[in-house]
Amino acid sequence: MDFLTVIQVLDSTVRLATPLLLACLAGLFSERAGIFDIGLEGKMLAAAFFSAAVAAVSGSVWLGLLAGIAASMVLSGLHGLASITFRGNQLISGVAINFLAAGLTVLIAQDWFSQGGRTPSLMGGARFAPITLPFADAVAKVPVIGPIYSELLSGHSVLVYIAFLAVPATWWILFRTRFGLRLRAVGENPAAVDTAGVSVVGLRFAAVAICGVLCGIAGAYLATALQAGFVKDMTAGRGFIALAALIFAKWRPWHALYACLLFGFLQAIALRYQNIDLGGIVIPVQAMDALPYILTVVILAGFVGKAIPPRAGGEPYVKER
Amino acid sequence: MTLMTKLLGAAAGLALSAGAALAEPALIFDLGGKFDKSFNEAAHNGAQRWADETGGTYREIELQSEAQREQALRRFAEAGANPVITMGFAMADPLSAVAPDYPDTKFVAIDVTWLDAPNIRQIGFAEHEGSYLVGMMAAMASESDTVGFIGGMDIPLIRHFGCGYAQGVKAVNPDATIVANMTGTTPSAWNDPVKGSELTKSQISQGADVIYAAAGGTGVGVLQTAADEGILSIGVDSNQNHLHPGKVLTSMLKRVDVAVYDAMKAGEAVETGVFVLGLAEEGVGYALDENNASLVSAEMQAMVDEARAKIISGELEVAAYYTNDSCPALDF
Repeated sequence: MDFLTVIQVLDSTVRLATPLLLACLAGLFSERAGIFDIGLEGKMLAAAFFSAAVAAVSGSVWLGLLAGIAASMVLSGLHGLASITFRGNQLISGVAINFLAAGLTVLIAQDWFSQGGRTPSLMGGARFAPITLPFADAVAKVPVIGPIYSELLSGHSVLVYIAFLAVPATWWILFRTRFGLRLRAVGENPAAVDTAGVSVVGLRFAAVAICGVLCGIAGAYLATALQAGFVKDMTAGRGFIALAALIFAKWRPWHALYACLLFGFLQAIALRYQNIDLGGIVIPVQAMDALPYILTVVILAGFVGKAIPPRAGGEPYVKER
Repeated sequence: MTLMTKLLGAAAGLALSAGAALAEPALIFDLGGKFDKSFNEAAHNGAQRWADETGGTYREIELQSEAQREQALRRFAEAGANPVITMGFAMADPLSAVAPDYPDTKFVAIDVTWLDAPNIRQIGFAEHEGSYLVGMMAAMASESDTVGFIGGMDIPLIRHFGCGYAQGVKAVNPDATIVANMTGTTPSAWNDPVKGSELTKSQISQGADVIYAAAGGTGVGVLQTAADEGILSIGVDSNQNHLHPGKVLTSMLKRVDVAVYDAMKAGEAVETGVFVLGLAEEGVGYALDENNASLVSAEMQAMVDEARAKIISGELEVAAYYTNDSCPALDF
């Protein structure tokens, strides 16, 4: 494997890891506040559709992005309403959101565009164009550093940079601000937060809203940056891989970055090489595809450290009377 | 879920009014969905053409999961639909279970040729012959002497496509490199354009400058990325040249629309048995229209048409992947 191939695989890793990372951070906010969210997939899908639909109609990808975020936040609000206000089962609400998004997107797409549940192909300003970082062309010729900068770091859409900046931002918000402290506390011991006179419901809704924003960006990235339009079920299980990454990362932002990069890397390798020959042993491509799930099971089984979810996760908060 | 309710309702409604009404044909789309711009859409177009020409109506269902296959078949047969047309190789097992129970119903199975039942019209296509022709065109259009193949789900049928393609490429340029990838091993591989895009980028970085997508909805991503990156792509099943005019070299046509149209036209009297439609029957071919006219040179067309004539006359034989589950020109 020569150097250029390594760079290309890593470049592909960055593209594949971005939607996972955004969804993973979305799940992190929600679950840290004690709201399990298996509806990441559905929110991404809804965001993918509405961003592509609005971008196709308006010709502006930024309006599309806003529409995607709005759609995702509506579903988040629904999840919040069901699981926070009405104290319903969070898993069931999440599953319902996944079904709702899978059906609604295709139905609305067919009604609006009559192209069989897809949006028209996006052109020009209706898509996120790659951004060339300053001096990328100038340093491209410099050995080693040149290709790393111009191929790997430069040339992604703006959403990729937003996703990677979201990692330190998440860390800072969760671990260095009062809001973050309260948000984590509400996921561990909501009664204590309530005793201190802070609104549990308000904090949880805030967390779910942030989750909606991040899922919205992830969906818009799929439909308007990676692809040029929405296709039915285009998230193809990425929301679930993001959940796996979240468990793998044990609900920590920097580890979420590493987990998503690792899963993205595994996918990139699987795409580049159908079968990997390791000194006589051939690893089939299916094994690579399954690896994220296998790794997550290994982590959950407690072989590599212990994955302890936020203590109040999954439980609706009932104020004592 | 809503689909099931609707279907149940429809079945119940029909059960009440059954008997006197003239049998309608029914069409069962595979998991890719009616509008996959490819295989299933071709069937839809054929059915629509029949409906427009005859003013007839037909019933249809888009399968959402594997479990619905047998259910849908039985419902249509119970409801008196005749003939019942199914799409895709995966209907073979449900068909072999259901068909004997409804001896008076005619079934038409597209992409199935190995069943033993008196009331099934089984239609196969010589995809390897059509793929061979587009493979020749790919090799002639390629400047890097590297061409790509992206399949959908890794099944023998898709390998059959890839195998014919590889033979066509090698026939023009024995030294050409063929980069072949499959999108996945589950039915979701038919609908993952993002993965299709990544595979395309990966093949481009390995030098491919013409890529043939035989991947249903995933192919939309392949064609899109190929157009974005300025290389040529080849569509499949339906004519996909119009998706990116001037960027799609050609499309391997599989005339599913004709097969469906003919079956519907014949109605209950449709002839059963096994039929394989190849170049000679115009069941497969390559697409040439105003969108790719500038890409296909006269010389290219002449060579391909010559090969086509030779295949029809039997002078040139394209090896089928099915013969011994391996391909002389390509390793999977």
